[in-house]
Amino acid sequence: MNGESKLSGSLAAAQPLTGVLSLNDMMEHFGVALSDLQTVIKAAMLTGGEFADLFFEHTFDSLLNLRDGEVNTVSANIDFGVGIRVVKGDQTGYAYSENVTLEEMLKAARTASRIVRESTHNEAVGLSPTTRGSSYYPLLGSWENAGVELKRPFLQKLNDRIFSLSDRVSRVLVSQTDTSSYILYANSDGLLTFDYRPMATLTVTCIMQYDGKTENGRAARSYRMGTEFLTDELVETLAQEVVNQTLFLFEAVSPKGGEMAVVMGAGGSGILLHEAIGHAFEADFNRKNISIFSDKLGKKVCDTTISVVDDGTISFNRGSVNMDDEGAEGQKTYLVKDGVLTSYIHDRISARHYGVSPTGNGRRQSFRFAPIPRMRATYMENGQAAEQDLIATVKNGVFVDTFTNGQVQIGAGDFTFFVKSGYLIENGKLTQPIKDVNIIGNGPKALADIVMVANNYAMDNGTWTCGKDGQSCPVTCGMPSVLVSKLTVGGASE
Amino acid sequence: MITNDQKELAHWLKNYLLRQGTQACRIGIYSGSDSSYEVRDGRIEQLQQAEENQLIGYLFVDGRYGSFSTNRLEKSELEHFFSHAIASTRLLAIDEARHLPNSKRYYKGNDTFLSLHDPTIAALDPDAKLQAAFRAAAEVDRSDERIISVASAYGDNESYSYLIDSNGLEVESAASSCGLSVSVSVRGVEDARPESYWYDQSLSWNSLQKEGIGEMALQRALMKIGQRKIQSATYPMLVDRNEVRTLLSPMMGALSGAALQQNNSFLIDKQGQKVCSDKMTLNDCPLLSRTIGARCFDREGIALESRSVFGKGILNNYYIDTYIAHKLGVAPTTGSASVLQFALGNANRETLLAHIGNGVLVTGFNGGNCNSSTGNFSYGIEGFWIERGEIQFPIGEMNITGNMLSLWSRLMEVGNDPIYASSWQTPSLLFDAVDFSGF
Repeated sequence: MNGESKLSGSLAAAQPLTGVLSLNDMMEHFGVALSDLQTVIKAAMLTGGEFADLFFEHTFDSLLNLRDGEVNTVSANIDFGVGIRVVKGDQTGYAYSENVTLEEMLKAARTASRIVRESTHNEAVGLSPTTRGSSYYPLLGSWENAGVELKRPFLQKLNDRIFSLSDRVSRVLVSQTDTSSYILYANSDGLLTFDYRPMATLTVTCIMQYDGKTENGRAARSYRMGTEFLTDELVETLAQEVVNQTLFLFEAVSPKGGEMAVVMGAGGSGILLHEAIGHAFEADFNRKNISIFSDKLGKKVCDTTISVVDDGTISFNRGSVNMDDEGAEGQKTYLVKDGVLTSYIHDRISARHYGVSPTGNGRRQSFRFAPIPRMRATYMENGQAAEQDLIATVKNGVFVDTFTNGQVQIGAGDFTFFVKSGYLIENGKLTQPIKDVNIIGNGPKALADIVMVANNYAMDNGTWTCGKDGQSCPVTCGMPSVLVSKLTVGGASE
Repeated sequence: MITNDQKELAHWLKNYLLRQGTQACRIGIYSGSDSSYEVRDGRIEQLQQAEENQLIGYLFVDGRYGSFSTNRLEKSELEHFFSHAIASTRLLAIDEARHLPNSKRYYKGNDTFLSLHDPTIAALDPDAKLQAAFRAAAEVDRSDERIISVASAYGDNESYSYLIDSNGLEVESAASSCGLSVSVSVRGVEDARPESYWYDQSLSWNSLQKEGIGEMALQRALMKIGQRKIQSATYPMLVDRNEVRTLLSPMMGALSGAALQQNNSFLIDKQGQKVCSDKMTLNDCPLLSRTIGARCFDREGIALESRSVFGKGILNNYYIDTYIAHKLGVAPTTGSASVLQFALGNANRETLLAHIGNGVLVTGFNGGNCNSSTGNFSYGIEGFWIERGEIQFPIGEMNITGNMLSLWSRLMEVGNDPIYASSWQTPSLLFDAVDFSGF
C-alpha cells in the first residue's frame, strides 16, 4: 500500500509560527519599502483595474543525487522576482520582473495594467500588515543551513539498505531535493502578508534483474518540512517499500481488459478524486461553463455517505498552505458533503464571480505565473465498511493501490490513471498480481458508481505534482478503500 | 539577445571558478522574452509579458561534479553563490566519468545560418498579436447553439544562449517562435461538454498559419459529440499525425544513454538489430534551416550532424552524452534528439483510412504510461470507429494496451502528412492488431 499512517486523518490544529521571520524581516529581505509597494499598486490600477497584487518570491532549490552507489551529483538553483497582476472582472494582465527596483516594478505594473484601458481609475486601500499567528509547517531545521555533509549519509544508507534486501537489485537511483521559499504578498485591498515555505522530498528508483527480466520500482515521500524530514525511519520505510514493490512486479501480469468492478486501495487511490472530480470542481472551468460539473453546484452527485475535502491545513502536508498565492488563508474546504456538491475550488476571481469567499486555492508555480484555482490535499472521508468486505463482494474485478500518473478531460469528464500494481479479484479474493494498466472512466459516472467506502483512510505522501495550464503545483491525495462498480481496465482483449 | 556585458560576465565567472580551484567548468547564459494574449468569448481574458535571464555553471572540482543556476547576476552574489557551490561539490564522491568533452567535437560560432530567429516578432505591434487571436476565434460560427465557449491564444518568445567552457568552447544561438491556437467547448450528450482545439506554431510571424485554425477547432469539437465505447477486441489502428508523439516518446526514451546505463531500457543491447517493422525509418536532422528543433550544437557544445535513428526497422543510434559515454566505455553521440523525420509513405490520411477497412482512428490520447524497463504500455484513447474506410461514430473512454516493440513491429504504413509545427515531424501511422479495451 502506498498510504502512510503518519498523517492519516490528521486535521491537526495549526502550530505556532516559529518566530524566525517577521514581516519587517521579509520586507528587508526583498529590499522593498512600504511606500514602494503602494506606489507600484497605485500605478498598476491607473488604467481602471479593480484589483492589483504583487507576489514577491525568493526560492532556493537544492538537489543531491546518488547513482551507481555513490552520492556524486549536486545541483542548486536560485529564483528571484516579483509578479504583478491587474484584474478587472475575469480579465487578467500579468507581468513579472527579476529585479525589484522601483523602476523595474513600475515598468511591470504598467505592462500588466494594459489589460484595462479606461479613463477612470480605482483607488487602492492603504497597506495594512497582517500578522498570522500560526503555521501548518513550523520549521525546526532550515534547509538553507544544511550542507551536503548532512544529507549525503541518508542517501548512502538508503542505497546500501536496498542492496541488502534483495540480490535482484541491479541499480539504485536516489534523489533528495529541498526548497526554501520566501514569499511577500501585497494587494490593492490593503493586505500585506508573507510566508516562508519549506519542501522536502526523497525519491528512490530501484532496477532489478532476474531470470532475464528487468523491472523498476519507485518510492517517494514529500512534506513541507525542514531537515528533520531526513530520518533513519524514512530510509527504512522507503527501502522496504521500493524493494517489495519491485519484487512484486516480477510476479505480475497484464490482466484481460474491459469493464469491471474496481476496488481502489486506501491512500494513493485518491488520484481518483483528483482526476475524476477535483479538476472538474476547479471554479475557473465552471465559471467559463466548460466543466461537466458546471450545473451541479448544490446538487447530489454521489451516495450520501460520501464527503470529499480539499484541505490546505494538514500539518506538514505537501499541499498545505499557510496562505495561498494571493494572500487568502489556508483552509479546509468541503467539496462534497454527504453526497452533495457544496463548493468549487476558488481563487479570488472565481470567488468574486460566484459571490463567495476565496477558498485559499489560488496557487501558482512561481512569480512567473498568475494564480489559478488549484487543489491542495484532496481526500475522501472514512466510510463504515471494512476493506475486506469490499473485495468479498466482487466476483470478477481488480484491486489497485499503486499509481504513477493520471489525466482528465474537464468537459467530457473522461479521466484516467495508470496502475503500477494491483491484483485480480476472483470470487471475492485477491489472486493474480497485475501491473502496468491504464484505467479510464467518466467523472460523474464514476463518482455515482462508488458503492462502498471503507474505514481505512490514508493520505499518500508521495511526490504528487499537478499540472494545469503549463503550471506545476505540489499536491497530495488520500482516500479510504472504495469499490467502484464499473470502470474500463486496460489489458489484452483475448 | 546576449549582450556584451553578459558575455563578459560569463568569462569573468569562468575565470573566477578556475581561480577558486575548479579544474574545469562550462558556463551558460540564457536570456529570453515572451508574451501571450488570450481571448475568450469575444473578450480579452489574459495578457502576459516578461523578460528573463539565467546563468548556469557546470563545475568539475577535484574529480567531482555539480551544476548551479541563478537569475541573480550581480558579481558579488555570484561570488557568494559559486564559492558555496565549489564547497558543496567537494563534499561529493569522486566520479571518474565526469569530464568536459573532447574539444575536437565542439561547434564553433553561432547558428545564424539556420535562420531560427525572426526579429519581426519582437518588433510587431502588440495589438497585431492580439488581433490575430481575435480573428482566429472569430472564424468559429457562433450561430451553432451547441457552442458553449470559444477561446483563442497567441503567444511568442525569443530565446538566446551563450555557452563557453574552460576547454575553449564558445558558441551562441538565437531562436524565436510564435503560435496561435483556438479551443472550442460544445454541448454534448447529457452533461458532457466535449472540447477540442487546433493550433499552429512557427519560428516566424510570416510563416505562422493564421487562417483556418478556428474552423478546424470547431469541426474537431463537434465531431466528438456522442462518444461511446466499442467492444473490447483487437483492431487495426490509424494514429493521427498530431498524436504519434505519445507512441514515439517511449521509443526515444529507451534510446537515452542514461536509461541504458541504468539497465532501465527495453532497447538495451539492441543496436544493429531489427526492432521495428520495415516501414520504420527515422532520421535525426538537426541542421535544417527555418525548422523547429533545428540546432548546430547540443547542451555540451558538441557539433551536431544528421544521423539515422532507425533504418528499415533496425536500431542505428543511441543518444549518449560525454558522461554516459565514459560510464559505458563507448563513443559519445549526442544527448538528445533534434529534428525527427520519418521516411514517408505515399498515402494521405484518407487513403490510410481506406486501407484500414474496419478499425479505429485514434485522434487523442488520455493519460496512460509505458514501463521503461519492459516496454509494456497502456493508454486511454479517443477517436472514431471506421468501417469500410469511412468514419462511423466517435469513440472514447477506452484503452489500448500492449508492448512497444510488438506495436512498432506491426507498423503497416506511414503517411505522407508530417506535421511541421513540432520538432518531431510525425506523419499518420497505421498499426495492425492493437488491443482495445471497451465494454
